[in-house]
Amino acid sequence: MSGHVAPKSLYCTVFVTLMVFTGLTVWVAFYDLGLYSNIVALGIACIKATLVILFFMHVRWSTRLTWVVVMSGFFWLLILFGLGMSDYLSRGWVQGTLR
Amino acid sequence: MPNYLTNGHGLASWLLTKDHKRIALLYLASITAFFFLGGMFAFLIRLELLTPAGDVMTSESYNKMFTMHGVVMVFFFLIPSIPAVLGNFFIPIMIGAKDLAFPRINLLSWYVYVLGGLFTLVAALGGGVDTGWTFYTPYSTAASNTHVITAGLGVFITGFSSILTGLNFIVTIHRMRAPGMTWFRLPLFVWSHYATSLIMILGTPVIAITVLLVAVERGLHLGIFDPALGGDPILFQHLFWFYSHPAVYIMILPAMGVISEVVQAFSRKNVFGYSFVAFSSLAIAIIGFLVWGHHIFVAGQSVYAGLIFSILSFLVAIPSAVKVFNWTATIYKGSVSFDAPMLYAFGFLGLFTIGGLTGLFLATVGLDVHVHDTYFIIAHFHYIMVGGAIMGYLAGLHYWWPKISGKMYPEGWARFAALIVFVGFNLTFFPQFVLGYLGMPRRYHVYPPEFQVLNVLSTAGATVLAVGYLLPMVYFTWSIFAGEKAPMNPWGVKGLEWEIPSPPPTENFVVSPIVTHRTHQYAPSKEVGIGG
Ligand code: HEM
Ligand SMILES: [Cu+2]
Repeated sequence: MSGHVAPKSLYCTVFVTLMVFTGLTVWVAFYDLGLYSNIVALGIACIKATLVILFFMHVRWSTRLTWVVVMSGFFWLLILFGLGMSDYLSRGWVQGTLR
Repeated sequence: MPNYLTNGHGLASWLLTKDHKRIALLYLASITAFFFLGGMFAFLIRLELLTPAGDVMTSESYNKMFTMHGVVMVFFFLIPSIPAVLGNFFIPIMIGAKDLAFPRINLLSWYVYVLGGLFTLVAALGGGVDTGWTFYTPYSTAASNTHVITAGLGVFITGFSSILTGLNFIVTIHRMRAPGMTWFRLPLFVWSHYATSLIMILGTPVIAITVLLVAVERGLHLGIFDPALGGDPILFQHLFWFYSHPAVYIMILPAMGVISEVVQAFSRKNVFGYSFVAFSSLAIAIIGFLVWGHHIFVAGQSVYAGLIFSILSFLVAIPSAVKVFNWTATIYKGSVSFDAPMLYAFGFLGLFTIGGLTGLFLATVGLDVHVHDTYFIIAHFHYIMVGGAIMGYLAGLHYWWPKISGKMYPEGWARFAALIVFVGFNLTFFPQFVLGYLGMPRRYHVYPPEFQVLNVLSTAGATVLAVGYLLPMVYFTWSIFAGEKAPMNPWGVKGLEWEIPSPPPTENFVVSPIVTHRTHQYAPSKEVGIGG
């Protein structure tokens, strides 16, 4: 249906970028950034996922309906993270409960 | 003209069919097999609990019994039951289409389901799993020496069948509606399946990845959930329930769709507040994703998160209650007949209400501390899943059986069976509320002697219930061979499915219908106002 044909060079660029980010993930894993370790790792993962969705899955050239579908999938992920974090971030706020 | 049953003979014409109606029957056969397998495990559980001592099996075997019972019933019976059988068969017909949008994907979903089922059977035959259907870590990854990975893969694989079904339904409902079949003319059965499909697509990937992570931790010792490896066991519970609470709505929403149809049909009245009932399905699907933390109030979740999840859990009861009130208002002053489907629908109304209300008890943190992991929980969810979802499934199966098979089932026997199911059900599960309140924990095979009377009642009830479930098996099978031929519209009710022959031809409609009004419009009887 989406008849868009992207140039091969674009796919190559995206692929190389993904590989660079993979290397970056491995590299930062050797540094202890404390709380930021997770944030950096998740940040890199999000960028990579976005690249895959936009280019490899052709969403960049797709209809608005496809965008709605993709965004709601992402929104659901935010629900998982958001409500999940409501637990992790508020552990131990009440005296005598576990951290 | 041949109908869909006579159009093509031989095994290959079934196993390679792309007809949504035949695929529905493939599903019917396979989920029925799993239902009776799951029932056998339940029978052994109830047999063991007849006496306080562990005299039928060891505690290890008992753990495997309730695990296999849960895995089979949840993933291989309840989740596919109504969508894959009745939804598959009737959604295209109800919207005036010749098939689902992707007939091949529909067939693929059945094969995927069967493959997942085979993994589970292999796990069962190879010695079973003992983690509970919840696969809680770190036990499932670090301690259990049973077939966790095989069973987990079974769940992982079947998940894809569910995703494919959901995808197919959503695309079908968007793209395949007959001319004039606008969104607000859709039968409520279709609305509830639309909502169910959203949950299937948005939730199932999470459980799939979660059980895969369990397999990874178990097989490769990568620390994800096991604290000994630096993981977090509560993370597993968050991920598991992020899917599995919405999954309980995968089971109940389609049943609610059936009840909407049956209540209108046997009250000869349009549903009270159509759009409220339609949108409450969507509301349930969405809010259902925000409440999962109510399963982990006492597992180490923070107190504040518990409060948030408690409040959100109260919210999800509102759209469910909207439906129950609207069905009741539909029956009110209707021209009610008490055929078997309607008897099941009445059963649903009462039992679902009890299940839902006890859900609110459990969503209250203070009370949950007392009854968490007791038989109260078991009673709560069986009131909804067995009293609600299976009642809805049976209501739908009876209601549409003449259309599916082209034969009438024996009405007298069916009413009798409906009563047996109702009595057997309550005798089985009501004592479990009391047992749980008194403190009998779930998942133990021995118990203090003072709990025996209630357990004997429950086991007796389970025996009655089993008879109630076997009866329809017998008379449905009998009716295929010896039942009276069903006319096009045996109940004299509205709906596109009743305007085509029984059983329908392969292409459903010889001429594509053009829809000019709501397909369930009963003669515009005078609107009856409540209190007026
Ligand atoms: C009115 C909406 C509902 C509310 C507020 C509610 C609330 C709860 C709560 C708080 C628990 C956890 C109790 C505990 O473990 O201590 C629970 C367990 C459960 N509920 Fe519900 N529930 C609702 C509807 C449903 C429905 C519709 C189903 C099924 C179709 C269902 C199936 C289950 C199951 C299977 C469990 C136990 C899972 C396990 O631990 O094995 N519930 N419910
Ligand atoms: Cu829940």
